[in-house]
Amino acid sequence: MASAPGYQRRLLSLLAPPMLWLGVAYLGALAALFITSFWTVNAYGTGEVVQVWNLDNYRQLFRIDVYRTITVRTLLTAVGVTVIDAMLALPIALFMAKMASPRLRKMLVVAVLTPLWASYLVKAYAWRGLLSDSGPIAWLMRPFGLDTPGYGLTATVITLAYLWLPYMILPMYAGLERLPDSLLDASADLGARPWLTLRRVVIPVLWPAAVAGSIFTFSLSLGDYIAVKIVGGANQMLGNVVYDNSGTAGNLPFAAAVATIPVVIMVVYLALVRRTGALENL
Amino acid sequence: MTEPSIRLRGLTKHFGSVRAVDGVDLDIADGEFFAMLGPSGSGKTTVLRMIAGFEAPTNGSIELGGVDVTGKAAYDRDVNTVFQDYALFPHMSVQDNVEYGLRVKKVDRDERRRRAAEALASVHLDKYADRRPSQLSGGQRQRVALARALVNRPKVLLLDEPLGALDLKLRRSMQIELKQLQREVGITFVFVTHDQEEALTLADRIAVFNEGKIEQVASPAELYETPANPFVAGFVGTSNLLTGPSAVRLVGREGAFSIRPEKIHLDPAESESLQRATGVVREVIYLGASNHYVVDLDAPEPVSLTVERQNLHGASDQSLRQRGDQVSIGWLPEHVIALTEKEN
Repeated sequence: MASAPGYQRRLLSLLAPPMLWLGVAYLGALAALFITSFWTVNAYGTGEVVQVWNLDNYRQLFRIDVYRTITVRTLLTAVGVTVIDAMLALPIALFMAKMASPRLRKMLVVAVLTPLWASYLVKAYAWRGLLSDSGPIAWLMRPFGLDTPGYGLTATVITLAYLWLPYMILPMYAGLERLPDSLLDASADLGARPWLTLRRVVIPVLWPAAVAGSIFTFSLSLGDYIAVKIVGGANQMLGNVVYDNSGTAGNLPFAAAVATIPVVIMVVYLALVRRTGALENL
Repeated sequence: MTEPSIRLRGLTKHFGSVRAVDGVDLDIADGEFFAMLGPSGSGKTTVLRMIAGFEAPTNGSIELGGVDVTGKAAYDRDVNTVFQDYALFPHMSVQDNVEYGLRVKKVDRDERRRRAAEALASVHLDKYADRRPSQLSGGQRQRVALARALVNRPKVLLLDEPLGALDLKLRRSMQIELKQLQREVGITFVFVTHDQEEALTLADRIAVFNEGKIEQVASPAELYETPANPFVAGFVGTSNLLTGPSAVRLVGREGAFSIRPEKIHLDPAESESLQRATGVVREVIYLGASNHYVVDLDAPEPVSLTVERQNLHGASDQSLRQRGDQVSIGWLPEHVIALTEKEN
């Protein structure tokens, strides 16, 4: 096959369109973003980009406290969402892969996937309704002396955790399906109670799959700016700074510099998780 | 101590409408090397899994050393298992795999180290302690699984098709090793196999399973020489089954009978006092150490017997018979085994 005449040419023609897309449209846009972040706008507030190389945008990012606060807030939100999703996904995936009957398992996979078809905006606004002062969460909690967390950072974390949960469940479920039942039997056979088996066998074997899921939940949370607008109250994320600067404030180079932060964080994160073998689990 | 190591009474397991195990009664003595033999789906593995505690019986009881453990979880039973796929923990080194059971039981570090080293030495793997299971061959993984189970000094070791995944040569050498190991540690070994040769080679006693029930429990020689019924005769070794008119013609009585191929003489000398018949060679199967001849007899209804003959003289031997040859065969009357047919 490989030596057949014209094989190389046919392969090239087949791969050229997607490679072109990846190279020009995808990486090209990223490169444009990076380059723009070293430019500036003219001083008249018209938002016109001046192509003069300088580090002013980054200097401003590091010098002004509010941007550091927003970066830390965004990072912590993404970490919180990832941890919550991991803790919710583990028992769900465990039940789906190891306990449910084949019929129930299929239904659960569908149930996990279905929300992905619903519009992001609708789901975020649904949470706005749930969390509102007169919403069902307030109604449920008040008899216990509690209340809805209201709109703010907590609401943002809850909403994002809801939105990205399927991206954590699916790799974990796949990872657990590959985990032979005999390993669980062997652990029990050697005297380990279920909790110990979970800690010593299930979680270590599942770790790469969980990290694979965290790449999704973490990066999607890092870049989000809509959920926080809808349920986050006055809080701002990096995404909001990007949005405001590229839109109303009209400072595209500064927006590009801000947008570089999550990209850098993700590159660092991916470099760290590469060692766990998680990238083979995506 | 007259209590058996394992006592099963009325053990039953249903999976939905399937009776995987159907009323098994069995006593296994202390220190016995016991085999559960049967075709796939006969319930032998399910019985093993119930003894280990991985499956709860639908009915019946399991006693270990005189103590009823029927309702106990696997982690509360003093048995250890060698799994068919070895089930080694992939994220741990060989050393940590072997130490796992001791770590769970909070044995202190030094003793853990010492006992794990001992166990690995007993299966000749002391040099592999730092490797990952994925870096070992099938035979080595098998030994790690053995060491991981034996290091806990269980009263009973359960082995699920322990040699099933190994090639023939390795199986043979592992069989010898297993037998030596069992003699050294002196605990009860119970293993499941579908390989009758393996069961005969290793076990002190064998239970033959069929459709969730035990057909016969006996020593290898007893099982081979006096099978209780046609199923056992057919499953353990090769066997010529005679029923109906051909039984009457060849044995002289009504009933079901079995004659082993190696007990039938081909072209016997005139002087020997044998029951005799004549027939035509339909098939010659060369097996290396011996030949199998399928001989069609001119009995009232067509019957063919398999006759085994040692290759004492080599392949060029003049006495080798060809297809279509007219031959005479004979056997000693005491080598005809009467079988009790199952009532259906």
